[in-house]
This record gives sequence, structure tokens and C-alpha cells, in this order.
Amino acid sequence: MIGIVGYGTYIPKYRITVEEIARVWQKDGKAISKSLNVKEKAVGSLDEDAATIAVESARRAVSHAGIKAKDIGALYVGSESHPYAVKPTASIVADAIGASPDLTAADLEFACKAGTAGIQMCMGLVGSEIPKWIKYGMSIGADTAQGRPGDALEFTAASGGAAFIVGKKKEEIIAEIEDTYSFTTDTPDFWRRQQAEFPRHAGRFTGEPAYFKHVMRAAEGVMKMVKMKPKDFDYAVFHQPNGKFPIRVAKMLGFEREQIEQGLTTPHIGNTYSGSMMIGLSSVLDKAKAGDKILAVSYGSGAGSDAFVLKATKNIEKNRPTSVFEMFKDKEYIDYATYAKFRKKLKSL
Amino acid sequence: MEGNLPLIWRKFGERYDLDGNKCTTCGTAYFPARAVCPQCRRKGKLVDQKMPKTGKIITFTELFSGPAGFEHETPYFIAIIELDNKARLLSQVVDSEKEKVKVGARVEKVFRKISDIDPEGPIAYGYKFKVRD
Repeated sequence: MIGIVGYGTYIPKYRITVEEIARVWQKDGKAISKSLNVKEKAVGSLDEDAATIAVESARRAVSHAGIKAKDIGALYVGSESHPYAVKPTASIVADAIGASPDLTAADLEFACKAGTAGIQMCMGLVGSEIPKWIKYGMSIGADTAQGRPGDALEFTAASGGAAFIVGKKKEEIIAEIEDTYSFTTDTPDFWRRQQAEFPRHAGRFTGEPAYFKHVMRAAEGVMKMVKMKPKDFDYAVFHQPNGKFPIRVAKMLGFEREQIEQGLTTPHIGNTYSGSMMIGLSSVLDKAKAGDKILAVSYGSGAGSDAFVLKATKNIEKNRPTSVFEMFKDKEYIDYATYAKFRKKLKSL
Repeated sequence: MEGNLPLIWRKFGERYDLDGNKCTTCGTAYFPARAVCPQCRRKGKLVDQKMPKTGKIITFTELFSGPAGFEHETPYFIAIIELDNKARLLSQVVDSEKEKVKVGARVEKVFRKISDIDPEGPIAYGYKFKVRD
């Protein structure tokens, strides 16, 4: 039995509304906010980056799991905004939470789905005969997503992260991972070259052949493997580049709106990229009861989707962390100028 | 940071996770760690100890003119914080509304960038504190 033994989410305090961003670019903020189904996005402060967000998420996950950080034998950080091009974020996190030095660690990048690829890697290592010493694996999805000023992505590109700890002790598992499946192709819908500051995307091409195709195929693939239909799930959570895509893909797959509501977090905090689906799943776990079945599907441009089928155990009800929706309330609004300063969009910073 | 890398690297435990020590003879906690307990002297026995991550503000000030590397963060708060085991330290207080930063306010540790001034150089991470609601 392999499953989640603990999870932690971190959302920076600052928010900028879609309307405020639209004001600067002389666009219709109300219409954009409505069409994206995103009200505001979370913004990391001047002293926050993917590493600090990863550390805060990781600490909360360790505290929620109630395990010793030293027992984490594998640690992966998925992000597309790692502070260094060369030098791992994962080693910073391992040291900061007290998991080092006896562990394997690495940074991962697969646009918005590197964190869920890390969960799969942890499943393999924790469940494997060799090595035997890895009791727990931790995978984190954390980003301070970059959006080019004036670009459509600027309305949603947000900061935040979530950490999941994978373990194999039945008495500790809060949600069993029943199966996982992935769908991957070479699809150039969104990218950022090595030295480029901001990513570029292929506009409408990011929809049908990219997000929808990969999320659908991964979801259908995993459901086929476990012989389940959409109606068999209590919750479903999908990657959320905006507040609209996950609603549409849920409908296309045959899920009802009630099944996805709890995991829909982007309307409140924007798209936290590698953190997006993982924060949505955290929110679902905040509410899930013993026996509840959950479908979780990530998406990373470039492109691929990882799908998971989880089943909540009775352990989930023993110890609930501060809920994701509760975290949304701790916020302070900033204007565009402060946002530009915090995210170093000004040349002199 | 680059010239001082070995020195800073030795302090990662202190900066990342408030590693200090404690005298088992008199029970006093020290942060940063001390080589000798000033109260017990030769009778003192110091052991490594992680400091608690919460405490309260003893005194604070708001800085309007920051030193090099902190110019863009002004105005910001620095405070003397007494941790729950009575050890005291000086730290920036961030993410806290002005009216909440006051003597006696409960604070908790957060992990933040301390210095990131050279885009090609190493980043220094460490502790700051925020007021608990």
C-alpha cells in the first residue's frame, strides 16, 4: 500500500486583482476576470522565491504527517522558477527542514506538472525493494510564476506551492494512491528558453491539442485501469491554468460541477503553475472523508499529464491541517506598481 | 555573500532552522550557540538545541533607510524577539500590518531570502518573523 501521509500548502499573503492588472494595460478587467473565472492572484513578496515557498510547504507537510524529517529519503522540487539554473532548490529545502544529509534529492522541471512527476518518483522509491531505506518521499510543486507584463498570462501567473509526503505504512496513510497513469507528447504550446526572463506561449494552441487532449487522455487512461467512471468519484481535481479550463475539461469527461468545486482554487489565487493541481488536491483532502474516491490530473506544457486515483482512509479525519480555503483569507491587496517591484519586473531590481 | 561563503555556510543551521544550544547545568538557552555558558562557566555543559519557532516582540523599530542590499525593502521592521524558551534574537518582521507590529505581539518564524543583490551570485536564505494573527 502506497499513499499520501501528509501534505502542506503555502500561499503568499499578497494579492493583485485581475482588474488592477487590466487597469494598467487599459483593458476591460471585469470582462477578463469573468472570462478567465479568476478574481485575483497570489503574489510572492520581494524576499520570496520558489525555494522559500517550497520550504514553507514542506515544513507544513512534515508537521501534518507527524513524521521525523530525517526519515524522508527522497525529496524532489518541481518548479519552472527555480532560483538557480544550476544549484538545486531541493538541497536548500532538505537542509531547511532538517531532512539532510541521508537522502536523494533533485530539482524537476516539466512546466506545471513537475511536482506530480515527483510524486510518481516517490511512489517508485518508497514502494521498491531496492533501496529499502527510503521510508518516505516528498515531492513539492512550487512556483513564483513569471508572466510577461502585458501578456494574457500576467492575469493568472501566481505564486504558491504544495508538498506531499508519500509513505507505505497503512496506519499512516491518509489517502491511498490506487493507481497512476501518464500521457506525454512533444507539444510546443508554452516554453521559456534558457536565458529568457519570461515564457512564451502559442495562444489558442495551448487549448485543444495541449491542455484538453493531455488531461482527457490521462484521466481516461487511469479510469480505464481502475475500471471506474466519473460518477464513481466523490471529487475530481484538474490542473488549473485559469478558472475555466478545469470546468470545461470536467464537463467533457462527464463530471458534475459539485465534484470539482472543492478542488477549484485558481479563481482565488491564480495559477500557481507547479503548485496548481497540488493545491487543488490539498483542498480536496481538507474535506475528504474515509472512503472518498478522488481523481487528480495535472498538466504540464510541452506536454504531459499525470493522473492519480486516490482513496481517502479513516486516518484523514484524525488530524486536519489549516484548510486551503482558510489560507485564502490571510491576504493583503497590492497595486500594480508594488507587484512589479515584488516580482522584480522593474529593470533596476 | 560570495566572499564570506564558508562563513555563511557554517551558519546554515542557525539561519535556516534556529540551531542554538542550551546549558544543561542552569537550563539557559542560547542563540546563537555559545562556546561557554557565561553563568556556569566551567561547570556549564552545553548541548545542541533547536530553538522554538515562536515567540513575542520585546521591542522594535521601523527602518526608513536600509543598509546596502535592503534599500528596496524600506520601510521595514526589525525587532528583538524573545523565543518561547527565553532566548532572544534580532530579526526582520515581515508580512505583518503596521498596526499589528507592537510590543508583546506573538510572532512565528518564516523562511525567506535575506540577501539577493548580485544576479549572478549566491542567494542568502534565513529566518525572518511574522506576526501571528
